Amino acid sequence: MRRIVLLIIAIALAVVVYEAARRKPQTSGGRPGAVDSVAAGFALQDLTGQPLDLANYRGKVVLLDFWATWCTPCRAEISQFVDYQNQYGPQGLQVIGISMDDDPKPVREFYQQFKMNYPVAMGTAKLAESYGGILGLPVTFLIDRNGRIAAKYVGEADMQALQKKLQALLREK
Amino acid sequence: MRIFLSLIFTLGLFVTTVQAQWVQAPNTELAPGSQQLINPDQLLKLIQSPKGEKPLVLSVGPMVLYMQAHIPGAEYIGPGSEPEGLQRLRARVKPLPRNKFIVLYCGCCPWNHCPNVRPAYHELQKMGFTNVKVLYIADNFGADWVYKGYPTIKGQ
Repeated sequence: MRRIVLLIIAIALAVVVYEAARRKPQTSGGRPGAVDSVAAGFALQDLTGQPLDLANYRGKVVLLDFWATWCTPCRAEISQFVDYQNQYGPQGLQVIGISMDDDPKPVREFYQQFKMNYPVAMGTAKLAESYGGILGLPVTFLIDRNGRIAAKYVGEADMQALQKKLQALLREK
Repeated sequence: MRIFLSLIFTLGLFVTTVQAQWVQAPNTELAPGSQQLINPDQLLKLIQSPKGEKPLVLSVGPMVLYMQAHIPGAEYIGPGSEPEGLQRLRARVKPLPRNKFIVLYCGCCPWNHCPNVRPAYHELQKMGFTNVKVLYIADNFGADWVYKGYPTIKGQ
C-alpha cells in the first residue's frame, strides 16, 4: 500500500514538473538578449515625451538599435535605418533607437540633424542589462512579430546581411 | 638629362613619403603596440598585484557603460569627446602630482572609432602629466574585458 502511495506521489510530482517546464517561455537557455529568447519588455519616454512601450509593437518586426551620438559606426547605420523605416514601415517594420549618451541634449540635436523618423529614448543600465549588457556600440537587435529576438549584431552590422534577415522576418506573418 | 630625370624621380619619391607620413600621423598616435598603451592583461596584473604602484584608473566613456560594468577601483569621469567630460577630468587630476600613474579607458567602440580616449589623453598631456597610459581595447569593453572573465564592478 505504501509503495502505491509513493508511486502516485512520484507520478504527480513528475506531471507537475513537466507542466511547469512546458508552460515556461522558451528563452534559449534563459540568457537575456540572446537570439531566440523573448525580447525584454520596456516602457520608456521618447525624446518628445511620448510613451515608448515595446509591447505596443507586438505584431511588427522591430529593429532595436543601441547607439550614441559620438559613435562613428552608429552614425553610418542610422542613415540606413531611416531609409529602412521609410521603405519597410508599410510592411510592418518599426525601428526604435535607444541612445546610450549621458545627456539627451546632443541626442535631440542629432535627431533633428539626421531627420530620424522613428522613436528614440534614452537608455539605462537596467535596460542594457535586460538585453544581455550593451558593453560596446552599436548593438542592433531584430525582433520578430512574436516578440522574439531573431538576430543580434554587435558592432557595425553587415548591412546586406541585416537587410536580408529583415526582409525574411517581414515576410513571416 | 638622365641625371635630371633621376633627380625628379627622387624628389617625387621624397614628397610622396613625407605626404604619406603626414597623412598617417593622426592614426599612428596611440596606435596598437605603441608605448602609451597598456593591454588589459597588463592592467589586470597591476591592479591585482599586492606590490607596486597602483594606477589611478579613469573611465572616460559613457555612464551607462560604467554603470553596467567597470574596472574595480576605476572612477567615472565621462566621455572624453564632450566638454563636460574633459572639464571633470581636469578637475579630478588638478591636485595630483604630474608624475602620477594614470590609466584612461573607454571601450565604447572598436579602438580606431573610439572618440573618447584620445581627447582625454591629450588633455592630460597638455596639463603636463608624464605617466599616462591608455587601456588598449581592441573591440569593446565587453569583448576585451568582461567576457574574458576579468573582474568588474556594477553601479557607481
